[in-house]
Amino acid sequence: MADTTATTAPARATKPGAGAVAISGRRRRRYTLLTRRDKILLVLMVGIPLALDIILIWGPTLASVGLSFTNWDGIGAVEAKNFIGLKNYQFMFSGYTLFWPAFMHNVIWLLWLTFIATPLGILLAVLLDREIRGTRIYQSVFYLPVVLSLVVVGFIWELQYFGTDGFINNALGLVKSGHIIDWLGDSRINLYAILVAASWRHIGYIMILYLAGLKSVDPSLREAARVDGATEVQTFFNVVFPVMAPINVVIVVVTAIESLRAFDIAFIINQGKNGLELLSILITNNSISEASLVGFGSAIAVVLLLISLVPIVTFLTRVMRTTN
Amino acid sequence: MAAVATTTMQPRPLRRPRRVRPARVALHTFLIAMVVLWLFPLGWAVYTSLRPISDTILHGYVSWPAGGLSFTNYQNVWGQADLPYYYLNTLVVVVPGVALTLLLASMVAFCCTQFTWKFNLTVLMIFTAGNLLPAQVIIIPLYWIYLHTPIPMLGSIDIGHFSFALFTDNTLLYDQYLGIILIHVVFQTGFATFVLSNYMKTITKEITESALVDGANVFRIWWSVILPLCRPALAAMATLLFTFMYNDFFWALILISTGSKRPITSALNNLQGEFFVNNNLIAAGAMLACIPPILVYILLQKQFISGLTLGSTKG
Repeated sequence: MADTTATTAPARATKPGAGAVAISGRRRRRYTLLTRRDKILLVLMVGIPLALDIILIWGPTLASVGLSFTNWDGIGAVEAKNFIGLKNYQFMFSGYTLFWPAFMHNVIWLLWLTFIATPLGILLAVLLDREIRGTRIYQSVFYLPVVLSLVVVGFIWELQYFGTDGFINNALGLVKSGHIIDWLGDSRINLYAILVAASWRHIGYIMILYLAGLKSVDPSLREAARVDGATEVQTFFNVVFPVMAPINVVIVVVTAIESLRAFDIAFIINQGKNGLELLSILITNNSISEASLVGFGSAIAVVLLLISLVPIVTFLTRVMRTTN
Repeated sequence: MAAVATTTMQPRPLRRPRRVRPARVALHTFLIAMVVLWLFPLGWAVYTSLRPISDTILHGYVSWPAGGLSFTNYQNVWGQADLPYYYLNTLVVVVPGVALTLLLASMVAFCCTQFTWKFNLTVLMIFTAGNLLPAQVIIIPLYWIYLHTPIPMLGSIDIGHFSFALFTDNTLLYDQYLGIILIHVVFQTGFATFVLSNYMKTITKEITESALVDGANVFRIWWSVILPLCRPALAAMATLLFTFMYNDFFWALILISTGSKRPITSALNNLQGEFFVNNNLIAAGAMLACIPPILVYILLQKQFISGLTLGSTKG
């Protein structure tokens, strides 16, 4: 494919229509081929989407940082007297009782997905990445929840978790014996209850990503390990896992981003209260839904931004490395 | 299929008798157990949705269907909760949303992969990183922008009591289909650009060069040379973007205030408030809401999965 076009390109360059273009060396030709009009078109084709991205994504990101130093309430203009330095941060870290619980819930979310859900997804991928009967059907089933909206996932699991009407309490006989567990209302356990629901969706996602990675592993590596007498478990940890390093990074990044974005399920269950506080929910509650503490909400947004930068930068450096 | 069967036929008879492996049995037992665990919550929701409320009040939810099963809940939720109407709301957002995202993202990916210029990597990074940000990081200023951006009113297209505003019906970006489409497009363009540029990197630059030599302008090369070559990637992205936008909850929650403009997933949330005692009805609503993405998944499974994996394995 590449060879044939490479040979036809110079041939076409000698056509009469292209005679006006100065041709000397491949590099030069590429630039001179572009007319003024082409250059304007290129600028527009990149410029319009880029402008939208900067106005609606990066502009607001920077604005969040700026607003976090103010006590602005969202009405009128931001004036010099609105700037209150680091007071929002001071209050957030020491006075605001919901910040640390929400922060910890995000951390638990991250740890749960990283050490329970993601390894399970990897395990399923490894088990299904071989010639076994019905592997496609297994994959389809595990992947099914991924296409569902988190809102629907929330509803589906509510039917399991409800106090007297839920399946789990009835199946465990807790309704009959009168020891109902309030899965979604008890602030000590409700976070874990929704983490199970979130994992139901996350595991399939990781499985598919990992399966695609496993397919790209050179089969002769495994063959060599088997010849050397390694067990399947040894082969995975000592041979396959290390060569999967690039995909492992993607999996870790995806998991981290998912944990920081967590919002929908907690919001569906109880608007993110009473044990289900998350940073994302505190941002909207403080600044939009319930109060208009724009400056304070922005300070929480900045914390979320700073944490998100860790996986984002990790991902970008990996992309950079492979591109160069 | 037949080819696979014949090629695997040869070694099978040799291996089979040697290892009737307990490991295989254990593996399948584990996988089947997982399958049951995976399908149970969904199956339970379907079961609940098919039972009349009177039956569950009498016998409890965990009971055999004494009163029989019926589609009554589906009929009720379809009519009472105006579901067709919310499907339409989703449709008018998702269709232009997916189309515009693919157009913009493929333009950027084309310019960044087919031409070498100083900042093409930087531009790709800006798009990719923008899509990885949690939506809540940008929501406060975005909400303000939406409340303060004037948009002309150009009337509306009315179908029954459904009214689709051309641009806007309140002179703002806030609380408009247009506003939701816009943020979906801009946010998802980041992801689509990343995936499509990974795909386009595999197309040799010589194609663009020879088209330039033939006198085509870059816009035309993008439209009639590169886009047709990217058809598999575009199909994969389209299915994926469809489910992303269909399943969105957050943008509509914050940027739409009129209940009747909400897409189906956020409308479901209101349903919970209205009919909170009737789990059967809510289950029916939830099942109806997840039919379109499940259909897309079943019909276009290949595209769906390749869309996801294109973004992670290459690049």
